Amino acid sequence: MPDTHTVSGAGVTLVEATPAPGVPPVPGAAETSRGRRRRSAPTGRPLVSHGRRAPAIGLGIVVLYLSLVVLIPLAAVVWRSGEGGASGFWHAVTRPEASSSLKLTIGASLLVAVVNLVMGTAIAWLLVRDRLPGGAVLDTLIDLPFALPTIVAGLALLTVYGVKSPVGLNLAYARTGVVVALLFVTLPFVVRTVQPVLLELDRDMEEAAASLGANPTVVFLRIILPNIMPAMAAGTALAFARAMSEFGSTVLISGNLPFKTQVASVHIFNQLESDNVGGAAAVATVLLLVSMLVLVALDLLQRWAGRRG
Amino acid sequence: MVKVGLRVTVLAYLTMLLVLPVAVVLWHTFHSGVGPVLRALGTPAAAHAFQITAVVTFYAVLANTLFGVLAAILLVRYRFPGKRVLNALIDLPLAVSPVIVGLALVLVYGRTTGTGKALAQLGVSIIFSIPGMVLATVFVCIPLVVRAVAPVLEEIGDEQEQAASTLGAGSWQTFRRITLPAIRGALAYGVVLALARSLGEYGAIAVVSGRLVGRTQTVTLFVQERYQNFDQQAAYAAATVLVATAVIALLISRLLRPKELAR
Amino acid sequence: MSIQVRNVRKTFGDFVALDDVSVEIPSGSLTALLGPSGGGKSTLLRVVAGLEQPDSGLVEIEGREATRLPAQERGVGFVFQHYAAFKHLSVYRNVAFGLEIRKRPKAEIKKRVTELLELVHLENFADRYPSQLSGGQRQRMALARALAVEPAVLLLDEPFGALDAQVRKELRVWLRNLHDQVHVTTVFVTHDQEEAMEVADSIVVMANGRVEQIGSPDDLYDQPANDFVMSFLGPVTQLAGRLVRPHDLELFTTPDVDTVPAEVQRVTRLGFEVKVDLRIDGRDAWAQVTRGTAEQFGLEAGRTVHVRRAPDRIALPVRSA
Repeated sequence: MPDTHTVSGAGVTLVEATPAPGVPPVPGAAETSRGRRRRSAPTGRPLVSHGRRAPAIGLGIVVLYLSLVVLIPLAAVVWRSGEGGASGFWHAVTRPEASSSLKLTIGASLLVAVVNLVMGTAIAWLLVRDRLPGGAVLDTLIDLPFALPTIVAGLALLTVYGVKSPVGLNLAYARTGVVVALLFVTLPFVVRTVQPVLLELDRDMEEAAASLGANPTVVFLRIILPNIMPAMAAGTALAFARAMSEFGSTVLISGNLPFKTQVASVHIFNQLESDNVGGAAAVATVLLLVSMLVLVALDLLQRWAGRRG
Repeated sequence: MVKVGLRVTVLAYLTMLLVLPVAVVLWHTFHSGVGPVLRALGTPAAAHAFQITAVVTFYAVLANTLFGVLAAILLVRYRFPGKRVLNALIDLPLAVSPVIVGLALVLVYGRTTGTGKALAQLGVSIIFSIPGMVLATVFVCIPLVVRAVAPVLEEIGDEQEQAASTLGAGSWQTFRRITLPAIRGALAYGVVLALARSLGEYGAIAVVSGRLVGRTQTVTLFVQERYQNFDQQAAYAAATVLVATAVIALLISRLLRPKELAR
Repeated sequence: MSIQVRNVRKTFGDFVALDDVSVEIPSGSLTALLGPSGGGKSTLLRVVAGLEQPDSGLVEIEGREATRLPAQERGVGFVFQHYAAFKHLSVYRNVAFGLEIRKRPKAEIKKRVTELLELVHLENFADRYPSQLSGGQRQRMALARALAVEPAVLLLDEPFGALDAQVRKELRVWLRNLHDQVHVTTVFVTHDQEEAMEVADSIVVMANGRVEQIGSPDDLYDQPANDFVMSFLGPVTQLAGRLVRPHDLELFTTPDVDTVPAEVQRVTRLGFEVKVDLRIDGRDAWAQVTRGTAEQFGLEAGRTVHVRRAPDRIALPVRSA
């Protein structure tokens, strides 16, 4: 049966619940696992009609809109970065200030991704399996970083962990401060991808394993972990991509010190301010490339997880 | 033991990262009473910033709502070549840094570009004015309505729509009387998400607006500008309004979240 | 003819759902489209309704060429297996939907909807929402909704498929009675031969995208065109390389004209009927006899009986399978 009535082919339950305000769903997560069931409907015809061709005018509007707002502008960035040829591009991204901001961004984002992998899974576990009093409040709180403007997040972090820190912890103008800001804005990703999978996890499996003699540690390592691993990986990748592109929350707390706390987005901003558009476009292209790689990796991960069941 | 350790770690982490910072912002705002807060929010600059934010948000959310419903219907109900690509493109804005969004728009619609010059001849200016800020906000919010509506469209299936057409309803009547009521909740959810995101956008707006105080300054730009000019009272007051808006949006979105998505 | 389908072909990718199908449905009849899942019957119904476009072929409704007409202009009533109830509208508004689309006066709508709700016994449920109804009630609402616009033909896609056995049986009788009252040309899809035989005047048997046979229930049962129709419409067994009905087998205690010896393997009593498993010439077969016969013969496992097909009863050569 032709695969045309779902949004895309990879119908994975991985992130079936588009969970929270502003959660970027994993690409292709719009269709639910139901989409897959429908496709295999045994009646010889799909339950969702798939024969209709899209009306040209509607399709035209959508394509035009995306082109004017997203595609042409992004293409212009890449095109502009290549204006000075390969050597010009290479020169722009290897200038000490640019390369140090890129290195900081990649390093901090990797660190943030790892912390999220651990803490996000722990939080999801707590929300699903631990009947904590006030769990519903906690559950709502997790989405706060998505709803809160990034500049406000930055202001809040600077207020607590700044020069006049009420808790005596001054992280302002330090790399640690940047990492904390990135941790703040990426908090929900792993939680919101792992949580639905944990919720749907069949408890019978764990009971079966226990009845076969597995102790809780073995059950966790050999039954639960393999099942939530794809979701953990997806959430971590999303957190990484977000950290790579973060701007607003780092502006205030980092102090934008070149070679020390300046992340790539802030570097691009500064280059733009000083009219070095070519330099800005080159670094932007590197960031775009990394984002693309992460998105493609996510798509592959989804397909792999989807095939596995 | 493991359980207690886990609880303590998680709660400490969330307190340090989320609760404490937000609480301290509120404390800073109100520690000398409500009067100064109201005065800080009543200044012409603050009022103007709120107005600019409202205008930009209104147009951006309106445009993305119409686009979102159309795109979701196309993706779920129809077949066309390039569907996978379109689907991937819709999520792309989430992975793009806000500063790059701004840069990208400046490169196409800026005053020194061909497009910008041509538009200027028609008397339209985009960058450093409201249309550019709307474009930037539209860019960052593109996926929100589509991704809220599409799963619900998928879930309800098209039998009700087919039933309506056998009863004589044309496509617009079917949309208005059957599809729209069915996706109402999901649409409202998507709109709230888009609203919250639009109100809070900073990076892309910072680039395309030129940050012209009193002309293109939004609330988020106001917070940053006031803080760096040592007018902490105004910065914290405006930040608190944004926190309150975010919390309200969060609560509303919880209520609206389509049942199929809620757990 | 109320519905004419000529040489219709419909494919979904590589899957051929309808392969050169031609069917004529006379006005006022109650017709069943019967066949196994995936045989093309639902697709045929949807092609008639305009919910699918055929790749080739013609559809006429009430003498009007309708092949390329959109669903909303065909004047057909369609009832879906899963009801397709408008969840946000009350029962009343569901039934009124088609009339509202046609901008009929309020008073007329009220009169018509009230009549229909009485017809389907939902007059006390007008203000309820579909979620507050049982499956059977929802299906009756869907029926009233389809009838409200006075369709030229009424099409039902597995109308009782999602209901439990008891409700299903009640609704069958009720649909038959309803048709006797309103006389609208009705076509329903089912994979249940008992349902088709009980309700329909005429049956179209479909399999693998083709029409196998069209006829009255009796014709199909007694004069099946091929072994597929014969085995789909009722029980079959084999005797001497031919397909026969188990109740057409005659048992004797001693050899008779044309009989073959058979060893009784097992005797199962199913109320009034008795199923006798036999071993004939190294092959398994079975006969269906009445309890009286079974007792008269003293049938029990291990006995040898003599079997033949009752004269003039249908028997088809078994296709090499």
